[in-house]
Amino acid sequence: MLHIKCPHCGLRSQNEFSYGGDATVKRPELNKEISDQDWDNYVYLRKSPRGKHLELWQHISGCRQWIKVERDTLTHEISKTLKANEEL
Amino acid sequence: MSQNFRLEKGGLINRNKKISFKFNGKKYFGFEGDTIASALIANGVHLVGRSFKYHRPRGFFGAGVDEPYAILQMNRNNEVDPNVRATEQELFEGLEAKSVNCWPNVDFDIGAINNFLNKFFPAGFYYKTFMWPKSFWYKIYEPIIRKAAGFGAASINHDKERYEHKYEYCDLLITGSGPSGLASAYAAAQNGAKVILAEDKPRFGGSLLTSEATIGNQSGKEWVDTIISKLKSMKNVIVKNRSQVFGYYDHNMLVMSERVSDHLPETEKYTPKQRLWYIRAKEVVISSGSIERPLVFGNNDAPGVMLSSAAKEYLKVYGVLVGKKPIIFTNNDSGYETAIEFKKNGIDPVVLDTRISPDSEIINEAKNLNITIKNSYVVVAAKGYKKVKSADIAKISDDKKKLSRIENIECDCICVSGFWTPSIHLASQSGNKTKFNEQIDSFIPNKSKQKETTLGSANGIFTLGETLKTSFEKGNELSKQLTNNDNKISIPAVVEKKSSEHDKFWCVPLPKGKNYKRFLDFQNDVAVSDIELALREGYRSIEHVKRYTTLGMATDQGKTSNLNGLQLVSELENKVVPQVGHTTFRPPYTPVSIGAIVGREVGKHSKPTRKSPMHYWHEKNNAVFVDAGVWLRPRYYKQGSENLFEASKREAKNVRQNVGICDVTTLGKIDIKGPDSAEFLNRVYTNAWLKLPIGKARYGVMLREDGIVMDDGTTTRISENHYHMTTTTAQAANVLSHLEYYLQLVWPELNVNVVSSTEQWAGAAIAGPKSRSVMQKLFPSLDVSNDGLPFMGYIEGNLFGIKARIYRISFSGELAYEVNVESDNGNFMWEKIMEVGKEFNIQPYGTEALSTLRIEMGHVAGSELDGRTIPYDNSLEGLISKKKDFIGKRSLSKKAYVAEDRQKIVGVVPLDKKTSIPEGSYIVKDAKAKLPNPKLGHVSASCWSVEHDNPFSLAIIKDGKNMIGQKLFALSPLKNKSIPVEIVSSHYVDPKGERVRS
Repeated sequence: MLHIKCPHCGLRSQNEFSYGGDATVKRPELNKEISDQDWDNYVYLRKSPRGKHLELWQHISGCRQWIKVERDTLTHEISKTLKANEEL
Repeated sequence: MSQNFRLEKGGLINRNKKISFKFNGKKYFGFEGDTIASALIANGVHLVGRSFKYHRPRGFFGAGVDEPYAILQMNRNNEVDPNVRATEQELFEGLEAKSVNCWPNVDFDIGAINNFLNKFFPAGFYYKTFMWPKSFWYKIYEPIIRKAAGFGAASINHDKERYEHKYEYCDLLITGSGPSGLASAYAAAQNGAKVILAEDKPRFGGSLLTSEATIGNQSGKEWVDTIISKLKSMKNVIVKNRSQVFGYYDHNMLVMSERVSDHLPETEKYTPKQRLWYIRAKEVVISSGSIERPLVFGNNDAPGVMLSSAAKEYLKVYGVLVGKKPIIFTNNDSGYETAIEFKKNGIDPVVLDTRISPDSEIINEAKNLNITIKNSYVVVAAKGYKKVKSADIAKISDDKKKLSRIENIECDCICVSGFWTPSIHLASQSGNKTKFNEQIDSFIPNKSKQKETTLGSANGIFTLGETLKTSFEKGNELSKQLTNNDNKISIPAVVEKKSSEHDKFWCVPLPKGKNYKRFLDFQNDVAVSDIELALREGYRSIEHVKRYTTLGMATDQGKTSNLNGLQLVSELENKVVPQVGHTTFRPPYTPVSIGAIVGREVGKHSKPTRKSPMHYWHEKNNAVFVDAGVWLRPRYYKQGSENLFEASKREAKNVRQNVGICDVTTLGKIDIKGPDSAEFLNRVYTNAWLKLPIGKARYGVMLREDGIVMDDGTTTRISENHYHMTTTTAQAANVLSHLEYYLQLVWPELNVNVVSSTEQWAGAAIAGPKSRSVMQKLFPSLDVSNDGLPFMGYIEGNLFGIKARIYRISFSGELAYEVNVESDNGNFMWEKIMEVGKEFNIQPYGTEALSTLRIEMGHVAGSELDGRTIPYDNSLEGLISKKKDFIGKRSLSKKAYVAEDRQKIVGVVPLDKKTSIPEGSYIVKDAKAKLPNPKLGHVSASCWSVEHDNPFSLAIIKDGKNMIGQKLFALSPLKNKSIPVEIVSSHYVDPKGERVRS
């Protein structure tokens, strides 16, 4: 079980969190023209890197904040955790 | 029966407490502190089971977790415990155990015919034999194999025992209380570190319990007692025996199984049988010791052949002789310790040493005791079927290839020692890529990946002095980093005998003309010949060899067999062992009961149960409940001898004719506040929200980004910047996370706050033509007329002194109101409504009637919003704003989503107006078409329309909008039904929606 450092609450066990996917995906702006291809890429296409991956987790049984976690998909090592509004 | 093999004195058992137990129906006696194994051996019983494949007689091989043979079925307090290791299970009064894998009994086992047919059971036997004819597998092969194979039988009864889970955090977790564990624990504890010391056995001390060495001026056992009592007195230390750390997981999370009550005749009240500990440790010390390796020779699986260290443990801990005419067969000095122990107790052992002319302190001691020692000697084969009776022995040439003339000597046990294998399981599980140490022919931990340090013999250090020194130092060093204390401990002087080098020889060659089975894996009957065959057949990877031959599989996970298997493969392949590598060590290290893994989460505790504040009223009024997510909701209220169908029909009818009341507390509720709330709702929902006035509710549909409907519900504007959102019962948690996601990550500039208020409000829906009359009586001072409170209106009121929120919304399609009060007042509200509604013939209705009402109205719910449908499919396209953007809008222009013949919701009525259509039925054009019959869609929900008094269903079918009026078929292959149906509008009742506005 992973040990994730919530930037708001501190070190907590994985079972307090729920996984939210790739944190680097940006939602296209509202009311903006966008091609079918670009939209499909946003909705469906995700990278599956071997190694470091910046991902979203929600501290669902804690502060309910969405946070960013940099995790190595190979070793599970967590190198960094960030608040929602912070960038790497 | 008397304990013929029990010594007069000695051992750590309590001779004052005699314990009676039964094995295979026969009564025996042992002492407190015995295991089943030690007690049976004391009684001269060595035949305890049959082997997995050949059903060969099985005795005891070890004295602990490594035991591959003595696996029994135990009865404890009328409960069955399968696969109990006799070497670990402590004796208690009235214990009953029996052998497994034998029929009719262990003494005469029909399955042993396999032993004579062993030529037909080579490696990969199942794969080769049961391939054809294919149809034989289910009915013939599998049942026979299942009956013949396997060990214990699990109980099919509910396990009445209690199992618990516990979470713990510590600075140092130490896995094993041998010399390295005790020394490191003591040093760390002295530095104030929070320490957990776990010992698998009932007694602390590990190898010190059977060691002749002295520490300071104490014996090993005395030193153990001193350290343990000191540790137990310290507040920063948790000391646990009967506790196996079996798994090392990510981020230094380890799991330990504590056998709290297995050693007692029954579990005490308020105490679990077993407790599973989840331990997050800052540092882990692996002090799990090492396991003696067998030597391989002919018939080396016969009862009476066992590890020499086990024989010593039975002598020193239990005061039990494993035999009275022992042969010690060894390639190192450890065997001599066992020989000396025998001699001291008046037994004359014969030592066969594979080495040419070994010399060391301990060998000299054995010589001085006049123990017979034969150098360059090996056991060629054990003789005796159910118990060793003699041994064929021979001198072996210096190159270990040739055997001289075979002699036969009498014996009743053969104690083998093939040197030691460090228990690196936990280190390997933690991600440590182990390395091969040529000096000890074993893998030892290499570079740590997690915060883990392996000490003592688990790390390949076999001298007590060095183990204690390094362990004290490591314990001090690791804890110093965490506590900043540095209390140096003087390391006690150790007196131990020096050992000489061991011999790398481990497998005795077959004598000419003999074809003895030489076993590597004792639990799975894998012999040298099986590995040879697998390699001849082309298996190379050790992982493949393992799976093909089953070497190292089963409940002992190859604790005694892995290394010898690797040595054999490397010899045959002309490789060195590290090139062959070892198979992956996976948790659990020892078997863990399913009960312990599940813990308290069984039966009704497997998930939380949520009950509405009106639950007990429902209960008193004969509600039959149904699970709705984690909620319990009344499905119907039973009157007299009614069944579900009759009751729900009556309840639904009463709503259409009079007035009904339904508990809607379970609906998800989200409180939304902030100046940008309207803008936020406008982005979340598909329809327009900017102009919703205060005091008005609106129905909304929200999508996922891929255009699929996520949820629907009403949201009400309570005041300027305050909204109250409702979600479906099932989606409440997901919707909240969804909203938080967009507020925190996508549009953080929006000034909005959301919080769940599901549990803060109790809700009652009052529905039916007479609901207004009920409302007038409930709220006499309020204007609840169609003008005062029109459809989708919201007001606040005073319900007999209690604040209430009143929404005029309707799921049933009737004139209806929903009243919310604070949860604590829910029951009061409910009783008041029932009281004033009595004169209007108010009746409660459950989820079944609720479904009926919504289905015949064509209102969609979870079975239509099933994660596969877009708004159009549910005829909700009218709610899609063309003017504004919202979550998922861009996806709605996908080709498939705008296809002319896109699926759409319709109503389905059976032509005979009698036959109910099973939910999930397919709608097809031709009931008799060739398979696969092209499917137009499926029936999502069915009911008995109380308005039309005939069955009615909703279905989502291809080109639904052009199908109205068509005659089709509903097929249910599961229920074997084919029903001719007519497609009608999904709005079967009040299609114009006049009633809700009346």
